[in-house]
Amino acid sequence: MSRVVRVASGQGFWGDWLEAPRRQVEGGPIDYLMLDYLAEVTMSILQKQKERDPRMGYARDFIGAMESVFPAVAERGVRVVANAGGVNPVACADALRETARRAGVAEALRIGVITGDDLLPRLDELIASGHHLANMETGEPLSTVRDRVLSANAYIGASPIVEALAGGANVVITGRSTDTALTMAPLLHEFGWARDDWDRLAAGIVAGHIIECGAQCSGGNCLYEWRDIPDLANIGYPIVEAHEDGSFVIYKHPGTGGRIDVHSVTEQLVYEMGDPREYITPDVIADFTSICVADAGENRVRVYGVRGRPPTDKLKVSIAYRAGFKATGTLVYAWPDALEKAELADRVLRERLDALGLRFDEIHTEFLGVSATHGALAGEVPDAPEVQLRIGVRGSDRPSVERFTREIAPLVLNGPPSVTGFAGGRPKVEEVVAYWPALVDKSVVTTSVSVE
Amino acid sequence: MKIQLLDIAHARSGDKGDTANVGVIALRPEWFPVLQLFLTKERVAAHFAGAITGGVERFELPNLGAVNFLLHGALGGGGTLSLKTDAQGKVFSTAMLRMVLDVPDGIAARYHLPAAST
Repeated sequence: MSRVVRVASGQGFWGDWLEAPRRQVEGGPIDYLMLDYLAEVTMSILQKQKERDPRMGYARDFIGAMESVFPAVAERGVRVVANAGGVNPVACADALRETARRAGVAEALRIGVITGDDLLPRLDELIASGHHLANMETGEPLSTVRDRVLSANAYIGASPIVEALAGGANVVITGRSTDTALTMAPLLHEFGWARDDWDRLAAGIVAGHIIECGAQCSGGNCLYEWRDIPDLANIGYPIVEAHEDGSFVIYKHPGTGGRIDVHSVTEQLVYEMGDPREYITPDVIADFTSICVADAGENRVRVYGVRGRPPTDKLKVSIAYRAGFKATGTLVYAWPDALEKAELADRVLRERLDALGLRFDEIHTEFLGVSATHGALAGEVPDAPEVQLRIGVRGSDRPSVERFTREIAPLVLNGPPSVTGFAGGRPKVEEVVAYWPALVDKSVVTTSVSVE
Repeated sequence: MKIQLLDIAHARSGDKGDTANVGVIALRPEWFPVLQLFLTKERVAAHFAGAITGGVERFELPNLGAVNFLLHGALGGGGTLSLKTDAQGKVFSTAMLRMVLDVPDGIAARYHLPAAST
């Protein structure tokens, strides 16, 4: 049997199961632990934290996750690749070093840090030199929101991670690398695939896509025969067992719950999919219509036949900008005629907001239990035991949004009857940080790798 | 014959900005042609009329027995701008599966399709 490389997914987003990384290194042999922390707006949250404290701006969960896997990394040679660096990979590495020192394992760590994805300090220079960073959805140039930009990071590919691994790093911390690169890079490093071996590179990307959302390919959030998925409490996170030829098997550790089969893997393959013929990454364009998926034993799925082609000369840029304020309040109305009462409360509230002269960009009302998620498709709902009224506003004027939050509770005593469920207190006003996807020429982004 | 999509397919949905994607997967590989024939862009656009403000794109993945749809303007602005409970389009999947298709009896019989219970 040919050599295999095993990359285990231990975190599918910032906030995922804290137990997962440790369970992945203790449940059976693996070579790499991949931890994905960054969603589209995570960078902006981290940027705000960094503004308050220059030592912050990374996914702090990562430090705890590393503590839970120190023995595996220090003694058994498991290597970790994580985009936990957020907008401050250097501070993340410093925090990890400090924690490792206290745990007495600092000597065993060689931390690779990848920087260069952060374009915020260079934005004006980029715009001035003709990089408009137009919004990929609306076509508007970034200059229209320039003064409100909080963070701007290029999605970087596998190359700098490979460089760090080749330089001897056993923990690689990146900023805004693509989720898929975290899995593909170890395979590229281990198998020494050619940089123009598009099919193998695409296979690595597909492997990354399947495991980047953690247990969402191993029985979590799986609709197919969901009642029969065993032992969700003990769910096993996915592992890629990759071969040099680009084929791989998705499996999980023995004795864990969940289910890996063609159905669970296929559901994850179509998740967040655009045009399946072109899944664009910095390293390769993967063709998802080429993927073959087959059951290969209990909780094992074989994936093969993936085709790829050369990437574009652009990198996607994740930009976050301040876009006003929002707040959402809820009240629960009980039978009988719960919906009718909630509808009346909504009308009363809107009339009061109007009378106060408050103006919002949007007011949005939902009736949970009736139509909140499926709208009119849900059809007629019989007299429900209770309905939750959920009403939200969004606008650029913070005091107006603040005032809205004061208008919910009075309805308990001065609105329609049979109302409850307001114990949470006044809704909180949140600043809206919106996402601005753009493209930039690859040539203007230079990454640096340090290993120490 | 009336066939509910829920009885012949499963699905997963997600978001990209203000666009929801819904991947619909045949429960049995031999039912994929039924999706190809009847789960058209127009049928899906009609199903979500009023619920989305933009157009619909449709892509087939015969290798996975799946059809992927992009529903533009589905998420109230998307991401953090959205005030919706389902701001990330996570349950457009089952909203799609509510669809009832009119399938000629001959085809329903040939593919052994289950009749809609509602």
